[in-house]
Amino acid sequence: MTHFLQRLGHTTLSSFAKLGRGSFFLIQILSACLSVFLRPKLLIKQLYSVGVLSFLIITISGLFVGMVLGLQGFYILSDFGAEETLGIMVAASLVRELGPVVSALLFAGRAGSALTAEIGLMKATEQLSGMEMMAIDPIKRIIAPRFLAGFISMPLLSALFSSIGVLGGHMIGVGVLGVDDGSYWAQMQAGLDFQDDIINGIIKSIVFGFAISWISLFEGYDTIPTSEGVSRATTRTVVNSAFTILGLDFILTALMFGDI
Amino acid sequence: MTYKKIIDAMENGVNSDTEIVSIQNLSFSRGDRKIFNGISLNIPRGKITAIMGPSGTGKTTLLKLIGGQLYPDQGSVTVDNHNVHQLKRADLYTLRKRMGMLFQSGALLTDLTVFDNVALPLKEHTALSNSMIRSLVLLKLQAVGLRGARDLMPNELSGGMARRVALARAIALDPMMIMYDEPFTGQDPISLGILVKLIKELNNALGLTSIIVSHDVEETLTIADYIYVLSDGKVAGQGTPEQISNSDSEWVQQFIKGNSDGPVHFHYPATDYHKDLFEI
Repeated sequence: MTHFLQRLGHTTLSSFAKLGRGSFFLIQILSACLSVFLRPKLLIKQLYSVGVLSFLIITISGLFVGMVLGLQGFYILSDFGAEETLGIMVAASLVRELGPVVSALLFAGRAGSALTAEIGLMKATEQLSGMEMMAIDPIKRIIAPRFLAGFISMPLLSALFSSIGVLGGHMIGVGVLGVDDGSYWAQMQAGLDFQDDIINGIIKSIVFGFAISWISLFEGYDTIPTSEGVSRATTRTVVNSAFTILGLDFILTALMFGDI
Repeated sequence: MTYKKIIDAMENGVNSDTEIVSIQNLSFSRGDRKIFNGISLNIPRGKITAIMGPSGTGKTTLLKLIGGQLYPDQGSVTVDNHNVHQLKRADLYTLRKRMGMLFQSGALLTDLTVFDNVALPLKEHTALSNSMIRSLVLLKLQAVGLRGARDLMPNELSGGMARRVALARAIALDPMMIMYDEPFTGQDPISLGILVKLIKELNNALGLTSIIVSHDVEETLTIADYIYVLSDGKVAGQGTPEQISNSDSEWVQQFIKGNSDGPVHFHYPATDYHKDLFEI
């Protein structure tokens, strides 16, 4: 029993200590962000490796998710003779929920884990320490550009995911199952609200981008500099990002679409 | 610098008789383990000073304390008359521009070429034109014999080459001192010879102060002007290479001769062997 209490206390204390380090780290990043805009080259390089290189996985997943939505939606809606409303069903599911959430989960797996591994290995091979000794602040030179790149890429990737998904739904619904082309688009146009649906979806993905970038960079920066440490940190990035995304999604959905 | 010191410096050449780094009564611990326990040492300007000791005595930690990357529990570290741990961040960074450090792994940035790695401190800290930076980088690379390797990536370099590139990077800003962290470890005889020669030449040609942290006895004894031997968080012996070689401390003798048993036992502390074997 004493042992259990001891462990509970230890875990609680170390979690709070980590949260403190994480918050301090975030403040350091945010205060360094301004200087990144003065050196756009660093940012562009990271936008490429974090954002552009995630294009493929986002596009393909978006297409398949859209196609599955088209298929499932059609089967259910046709039971009620409402298959003409497939467009709004696909678009609303994507723009409100699946777009931001699934693309964020994919982004955490694809880009977040890569960021953690990269920063963790830089720490393990003393590159961060080496920069500090050269009087170059690694937060400004290494961390902040990656943070901004993640923050900027996420909403764009999420928008891409939703758009491709809508096309995927169209491909199956209109192309294969014979829903009327005009009503697919018209229902979507009539049913989706720019403010309520699209802007809220974008806000969600901005929040997710912020969280994923923070978590993955902090896990890399805070890693124990051994191969095992980096491997654990990478795992933690994916797991913690997934929990954070889903938790935040619930809160944001409740705030945006509910009457709470 | 006071007037008297300037006169002294002029009379004695570069003020070689003054200390560049002074460590007083320094204690540092990691968790429950005390790494340094009230250690004091001085590093003279313009000389090669070696800090030796077995693995795990905190030699690298000492360099990090000098560079202000770690904070001591007590005691002070003064570099060029600045107390490192009382400096503001901006001042510490200004001081670090004048301190080069060569990490054991080289610590080259893996996404930049050899040229860009050496150019990095120049690009970050000076407003020199690109052509000027190019000339400076080529000069530094020529000094370490790797001008022809400028377009290679760090993963294409051998361990010895990586360390030489890191050396070129460390001298890019013409620092007043360089700290070498285990420069000889894991090098083949040729690379080793090159590094020993480079460290010596750079020290003399550029008027640097060198601090070498190492446990390679032979190379260090040939190169150093003064040696500190650390053990268990204390200075176990100090002096010129001759004095260290002739030291009457049993511990220092065991260390420089590499005897397997002596004051440092071969066996990690354990209970009685026989008892341990038959106790089931």
